[in-house]
Amino acid sequence: MTMKLDKFCLVAAIAALLALIFPLSGIDGDTGKQVAFVGDIPGLAIAMALCVIAGAAFTWLGVRSVKAGIVILAVAVFGCWQAVSVLYDHGVAGYAGLGFWLFILSLWAFVWRGIDVIANFHSLDRGKQHLANVIVPVAFGVWLLFVWEVVVSGFGVPQVLLPPPSMIGERFVNSTDILASDFHQTFVKAVLSGYVMGCGSAFIVAIAVDRVPFLKRGLLPLGNMVSALPIIGVAPIMVMWFGFDWQSKAAVIVIMTFFPMLVNTVTGLNAAGKLEKDLMATYASGYWSTLFRLRLPAAMPFVFNALKINSTLALIGAIVAEFFGTPIVGMGFRISTEVGRMNIDMVWAEIALAALAGTAFYGAVAYIERKATSWHPSFRVRRH
Amino acid sequence: MTLKQVVNNVAEMPASKKAVVDIKKLSLTFQTADGPVYALSDVDLTIEEGDFVSFIGPSGCGKTTLLRVIADLEQATGGDISINGVSPHEAREQRAYGYVFQAPALLPWRSIERNVTLPLEIMEISKEERIKRAQEALKLVELNGFEKKFPWQLSGGMQQRASIARALSFDADLLLMDEPFGALDEIVRDHLNEQLLKLWARTNKTVAFVTHSIPEAVYLSTKIVVMSPRPGRIIDVIETDFPKDRTLDIRETPEFLEIAHRVREGLRAGHSNDD
Repeated sequence: MTMKLDKFCLVAAIAALLALIFPLSGIDGDTGKQVAFVGDIPGLAIAMALCVIAGAAFTWLGVRSVKAGIVILAVAVFGCWQAVSVLYDHGVAGYAGLGFWLFILSLWAFVWRGIDVIANFHSLDRGKQHLANVIVPVAFGVWLLFVWEVVVSGFGVPQVLLPPPSMIGERFVNSTDILASDFHQTFVKAVLSGYVMGCGSAFIVAIAVDRVPFLKRGLLPLGNMVSALPIIGVAPIMVMWFGFDWQSKAAVIVIMTFFPMLVNTVTGLNAAGKLEKDLMATYASGYWSTLFRLRLPAAMPFVFNALKINSTLALIGAIVAEFFGTPIVGMGFRISTEVGRMNIDMVWAEIALAALAGTAFYGAVAYIERKATSWHPSFRVRRH
Repeated sequence: MTLKQVVNNVAEMPASKKAVVDIKKLSLTFQTADGPVYALSDVDLTIEEGDFVSFIGPSGCGKTTLLRVIADLEQATGGDISINGVSPHEAREQRAYGYVFQAPALLPWRSIERNVTLPLEIMEISKEERIKRAQEALKLVELNGFEKKFPWQLSGGMQQRASIARALSFDADLLLMDEPFGALDEIVRDHLNEQLLKLWARTNKTVAFVTHSIPEAVYLSTKIVVMSPRPGRIIDVIETDFPKDRTLDIRETPEFLEIAHRVREGLRAGHSNDD
């Protein structure tokens, strides 16, 4: 068997070796000297040396097992810790030099290889497989946050343009009471009520449309028109109609969520096959009996599609609608005012909250879908 | 089987039986953009109580359409048809028949048991009674033990048996079957044919069975209706007198081969008219 070199580990080893040679940081304008040297920072020196050794070793050995993947990931984690500490404890932030970026390149190669190995892990043991399936996106997400952190700090990007995630995180943790009240106003009051009203009314209208043929011809095109209305235009009108509080936001959400739900449910109600409808006819099953026993269950995959689409639409709608008038609380309100006050970290904290809330909402709907339509081919549990 | 036995068997049958399906001068024309399609033309047929009637013919001969007219899934455009003395629509409202389709048509969100109890649920029968009847129906098709499985967890043959159990569950006297075993392989089909015959012999139901297999038609039936296409019509009705407890072995007997030959001749004659 011919020996095949592991390219990623080779890149990691060479980049780490060069990182030891090239200057770690740029020159301070005031003192005219380099800010920091690898030789002065034993932790970083050890991390770089470890990268060289591990990189060289695994270039020859290859990363063939999950254990090897975990080893290189552990080396990378140690390296990341040292890199962050150099930035903040040794004044390299804003002055990062070629040596520093070569070190980051080395870490990138390790992380790529390590995640790759775990992503390709297949096991019949469900627990292990599940763990691997969770580790991959988490590790990838953490790595992206790390890159964001070091790039923003290393290049000294102004905080107004893009604050580092650590700063956003700090602001998030220190403003939980404000975030909680914003979340309550925007999500609990506006989004949930608007979502339930929008999806619920569209569902009922869809059944009416199905029952009464002229509605199908008359109402569907009208619904299409309503869905095409620009939210920016509708939101101020809703604020005038329903006042500054959450009711106007819920109204915007109803307008946004109504049409996707209507169209999907109407489509879903026609999803039952001709054979199944004939079957119900042979039992002399009435309209409502056929609706509940055949057509609605068959429509569920479509209904859940709309519920998932609407879960994210609703949050966007509420936040944008708050730009047009709101009591002095709410996620959209906070974003628009804190931008004006140049508190960009607070804006990002709200964005993070919106992302978390949106993902959790979507996830919850997807989970219910999985439970409710487990019979659907896309969810069927393997039977062996 | 000796001739004497066959004769005895015929002699045992009651002289005049009740007509379950009575069709006179029935015709059905579909209006399409390309002009009228004569699906059925001038069909006369009587199915008596306890009969096992097979409809055989090439595709497009209207055999499925005829079954669907009996089931009130299509409406005839001419002639008379009565089921148990009433119109097909009334018969359907009275749940006078169980229908087995070409595909199992089981609802994927219901377990096998809940699929079988579906008609009973629609007929508003109590839950205990539903479960009891589902058990009996599943036993008849040898599917007991699979109550909690879902349709996609069963093989094609088992799914079709489950759909037969569903048609049996409400104990209608008339069973309409539209090529129920058409999609199954020869061995499974033989096995299900045997089971179906046993079931028919035991329950004394009236069966109307659409097929395009000559051996299947001859093996199962008391009456074989040979049909021909364009326009769909009956060209021959062959009565057979094999005993109710026949086995697959009869397929080797001269009587069987003779009837199969007659069916084949009929089919061929129907085709030659066409060319």
